[in-house]
Amino acid sequence: MAESPAEDAVLKYLLNHEEIPNSEEFAISQNIDHNELLNVIKSLNGFGFIEAKDIKKEFWVLTEEGDKYATTASPEVQVFEAVPVEGIRQDQLEGKLDKQVFSIGKNFALKNRWLSLSKEGGVPFYKRTVERVEDAIKAQLLAVKDGKDIQNPDALKKRTLIKRQTWKGFAIRKGANYAPQRSKPATDLTRDLLQNYEEMPTNNFVESSFWNFDTLFQPQQHPARDSHDTFFLKVPEVTQSLPENYLEHVKTIHEVGGHESIGYGYDWKREEAEKNLLRTHTTAVSSRMLYALAQGKFSPKKYFSIDRVFRNEAVDRTHLAEFHQIEGLICDRGLTLGDLMGVLNEFFQRLGMKKLRFKPAYNPYTEPSMEIFSYFDMFNKWVEVGNSGMIRPEVLRPMGMPKDVSVIAWGLSLERPTMILYGIDNIRDLFGHKVDLKMIESNPICRLGRQV
Amino acid sequence: MSFQFIKLLYVSLNYRYDLLCLEGLARALRIFKCIEPVPEFQVSKVPPASMIKIQVKPKTSMIRPFVVCAVLRGVALDQARYNSFIDLQDKLHQNLCRRRTLVAIGTHDLDTLEGPFTYEALPPSEIKFVPLKETKEFTAEDLMEKYKADLKLKKFLHILEGSPVHPVIFDSKRRVLSWPPIINGAHSAITLDTRNIFIECTATDLTKAKIVLNTMVTMFSEYCTNKFEVEPVEVISANGLSAVYPDLTCRKMEVSLSYISSALGVTLGVSEVTGLLNRMQLPATKGDNIEGSDPTISVQVPPTRSDVLHPCDVMEDVGIGYGFNNIKQTTPKCVTQGRLLPLNEFSDSLRAEVAMAGFTEVVTWILGSFEENFDMVKRNSEKQKAVVVGNPRTSEFEVVRTSLLPGMLKTLGHNKDHPRPVKLFELSDVVILDPKKDVGARNERHLTALYCNANSGFEVIHGLVDRIMQVVGVKAVSVGDNTGYFIQPSEEPVFFPGRQANIICKGSQIGTFGIVHPEVLQNFLIPDPCSILEINIESLH
Repeated sequence: MAESPAEDAVLKYLLNHEEIPNSEEFAISQNIDHNELLNVIKSLNGFGFIEAKDIKKEFWVLTEEGDKYATTASPEVQVFEAVPVEGIRQDQLEGKLDKQVFSIGKNFALKNRWLSLSKEGGVPFYKRTVERVEDAIKAQLLAVKDGKDIQNPDALKKRTLIKRQTWKGFAIRKGANYAPQRSKPATDLTRDLLQNYEEMPTNNFVESSFWNFDTLFQPQQHPARDSHDTFFLKVPEVTQSLPENYLEHVKTIHEVGGHESIGYGYDWKREEAEKNLLRTHTTAVSSRMLYALAQGKFSPKKYFSIDRVFRNEAVDRTHLAEFHQIEGLICDRGLTLGDLMGVLNEFFQRLGMKKLRFKPAYNPYTEPSMEIFSYFDMFNKWVEVGNSGMIRPEVLRPMGMPKDVSVIAWGLSLERPTMILYGIDNIRDLFGHKVDLKMIESNPICRLGRQV
Repeated sequence: MSFQFIKLLYVSLNYRYDLLCLEGLARALRIFKCIEPVPEFQVSKVPPASMIKIQVKPKTSMIRPFVVCAVLRGVALDQARYNSFIDLQDKLHQNLCRRRTLVAIGTHDLDTLEGPFTYEALPPSEIKFVPLKETKEFTAEDLMEKYKADLKLKKFLHILEGSPVHPVIFDSKRRVLSWPPIINGAHSAITLDTRNIFIECTATDLTKAKIVLNTMVTMFSEYCTNKFEVEPVEVISANGLSAVYPDLTCRKMEVSLSYISSALGVTLGVSEVTGLLNRMQLPATKGDNIEGSDPTISVQVPPTRSDVLHPCDVMEDVGIGYGFNNIKQTTPKCVTQGRLLPLNEFSDSLRAEVAMAGFTEVVTWILGSFEENFDMVKRNSEKQKAVVVGNPRTSEFEVVRTSLLPGMLKTLGHNKDHPRPVKLFELSDVVILDPKKDVGARNERHLTALYCNANSGFEVIHGLVDRIMQVVGVKAVSVGDNTGYFIQPSEEPVFFPGRQANIICKGSQIGTFGIVHPEVLQNFLIPDPCSILEINIESLH
C-alpha cells in the first residue's frame, strides 16, 4: 500500500487516464497540497513510475499598489473626480486626497490633458478640460486580476502596478516502470536483528591510521589514505600510543611478508601510522576487537556494530561526508566462503531481500571479497547492497590469531538501502539539520522484513 | 561466459594491472575460454658484453633513487596499438604510480639513441633539451615555470619543487631521453614507424617500479618480432652493483588442496583445481606432495600477477573460476552469546523516554564550522577542547562538535515554519580531547532537548530534566547533598542571564539547561524564544 495519499492519487488516476496535464489543477481537484504533490512527482519520476514534463507559466499579478487602484480607481481618475466643475486650488485639492494618489495622479491627469493647471491669484489652480473620463488603467488592472491578457503590460509594469510571476508544475504520463501502486516496505535495522552477536564498542570517531589502515593490511601508499578521501586531523595530529610489539609484526608483514605471504615490499613508516584521522570505516574497530580476541584464549565470536564513519568526499545527492555503517564478523575455526554466503542470505532476508547474488570484489583486507547484490522487483534489476569477504591472513596472523581461525565479515551502509526502500532521491532529506521535521513526525512506524 | 569473471574485469583497476589495457583484457578472456594458453614470457639471451646498459649516478638518491629498464624489439605499431600503449602508461601513472610520485614511465624510440645510458641528477639550470611538443630548447628551470600554466603537467611539478637536483636520463651523446617525472625529450619520441622501444621507469619505490615495468612489457611484447620476448637492460647502481631487468621469472607457490577446499567450502580434486587456475592465468600443475596425505598444487605465478601475495589469492581465483554462486551455502556451527553494549542499551531506553515525553528525535552532523560551534553560541573559550580537521574542503568540515547545542539550534533555524511548539531532542556522541586515550580524544554521549514556542518553555525543559533523572533512578535532593541531584544557577553566555542552571548529580556537574540568549537565537535566525538542555549521559549510566 502506498504510504502517501498523493502518490496513490497520481498512480490510480493514470490507470485510467493517459495524462495529468497540469499538476496544480490535479492537486486542487484531489484536495492535495501542490507542494507535497511536487515532491511525490519527483520521487515517482526518479523511479520511472511516471514521466514528468516540466511546465512553466509566466503571468502578471497585481502589486499591492495595483490592487489598491483596482478596487478603488486609478490615481489620475481619483484626482479628476476630486476637481469640481468650477476648478479648485492646489492646496485644497491636495487636502482631499491621499498624498501618493495626488502626486502620481495629478501628473497623469495633466499628461492625459484631463486637467489644466494655471495660476489664479498667484496660486496653482486646476480645472477640468473634459467632461468625463474613462478609467482605462483600472479596467486593465481588473483584467489582470481576472487572469486575462492585456495589451501593453509594460506601461503598467513601469508604474509598478503589476509584476511577473512564474508558476512551475508538471504534466504527467505513465513511465517505463509504471505500476498502480508502489509497495514500500518499511524497514528498520535494529539491534534485535543481530541476535547472538556481541556489540562492539564503536564510540571513538577519532582513530589512528594504524588501526584504520595498517593493521588491515592497507599499504601506506594506498589511494584511500590520500587527503582527498580521508579527514586527517590537525588536533590531535598524532596518536599518543600504539601497541609496540604488535606494531613490529605489522611493519614486518607490510615490508617483507611472513606467514606464507610475500608482503608489499616497501618501506613502512611509523610516522604514517601515527597520523590521526576520523575513521573511514567501522572495520577499524573490528580490527581492535580481533586483536583483543587474539591476546587471550581463543573462543568463537560473533560481533556487530552500527555507527558513524567519515569520508572526505564531495557532498551531493547520493554522497555524504558522514554516514552510518553496519558491520558483522564471525570468528571461528574452519569457516568457509559457503558459510559467509549462508550468513548473508539469512541476514538480508530479515531485511526483506530474499534473492541474493555474489560477485568478486576487492578489499585490501579480505580475500576472497564479494559484493552482495539483491534483486529489486520495483526496479527490475540487481542493486548492490553490501560488501563482504574472508579476512586475509596478513591481518590475522600478526595479531597472534591461530592459523586455523578464519574470520568472515560483511558490511553495508545504512543510508543507501534506506534511500532505495523509501524512495528518497536526495540523501540530505534523510538526516542533517535540513531534514523536514514534518517528515520525521509523519513517517509510519518501521517494521522489519516485509517482502521487497 | 562466467558472470563472475566479467565482474572481475570491472573490479580490476585496483589491483589487476594486467587488465588495464585492451591487450591484457582480451588475452585474459581468451585464456579463460581456453582458446589460448598462458604466455611464457622470456628475456632474450643477450651476451653480457652487448647488453644495453644504464649507469646510475649517486646524486639520484637525493631525489629519485631507482630506475629499471627494458627493450621491446621489432614491434609493429599501428594507431590503435600506439593509443593503447600511451593509454596504459596514463592509467598506471594514475593508479599504481600514485600520480607519478612513486614511479614514472618513459618510452623511447631506441633507434634515435645510442647507449650506454646514464641516469643522473643535476641542477635544473644544467638540464637543457627540446621537450615533447616543442621545437626549441628549454632548461628544466624554464620548464618548471612554463608548465605552471599547463593543465596536465602542473600537477607533477610539486614532485621536483625545491629540490637542488632534478632527475634526467641521457644517452651516450648527452641527448636527453627524459626529465622524470615531468616529460620526455622530443628527440626520442615514439612514432608509428618505431621498431625498437626503450622503456625506463624511474622511481622512489623499487618494488612498484618493477611491477610497472613488468606490466608494460608483458602487455606489449605480444607485438614484438619474437612474441612475448623482452630484451634485458643492465642497471649499474652508483655503488657498482648491477642488476638485470626485467625480472620475468615466475614465482613458485605450493598451495595445499585441502586449504583451497576448506576455505571455499567445496570439495575439489587436483585436476579440477589446476584446470580452473590455468584458465585464470595462474599456471598450475599437480604439486610435489602428490603422494602425501595432503596433496598440493604447484602454481607458477607469472609476472603479470603481482597481486598474488599469499595462498589465499590462489584460493580466490579457484573460487572465481568455479563461480561463487555455485558454492553451496551453509551456516556456521558456532554457538555464541549475544550482548548489546550497556551504554547503547541505556541510550535506547533514554531515547524512548524522551520521545514519550513528546519530543521528536533528530540526527545532525558531527562535523561543522568553528563559527557555528563556538562563535554563534558565545563559547569561544571552548575551542581548545575540540578535535580539529587538518584538510577540510570547506568550513563545514572544520571541527568535530563538542556539544549537541549548535546542531539543535541549526535544525530549528531551518524549520522556522514548523508549527509551535517545537520539541526536539538528539542523543548522540560529541568528541572531546583526552590525553588519557591512546588516540588523544574520546567520544562522549550527550542528550540535548529543545522547546520553542511563543513562550520560552523553561518550565517544560526543567520538567524534562526532572523526568530524566526520575527514569534513571536518581532522587532529587537539596543543594549540597551528594546522594542525588539538585540544580544550581549557572552563568553560561549561551543562556539568558538568571534563567539557567547547572545540574549537579552525585557531586559532579552533568549538564546545563536554560533559556537561549536572544543574541544566539538571532545568530541562528530563530524568531521565537527557546529553552534547551544538554546532559552528559555517560555520567548517569
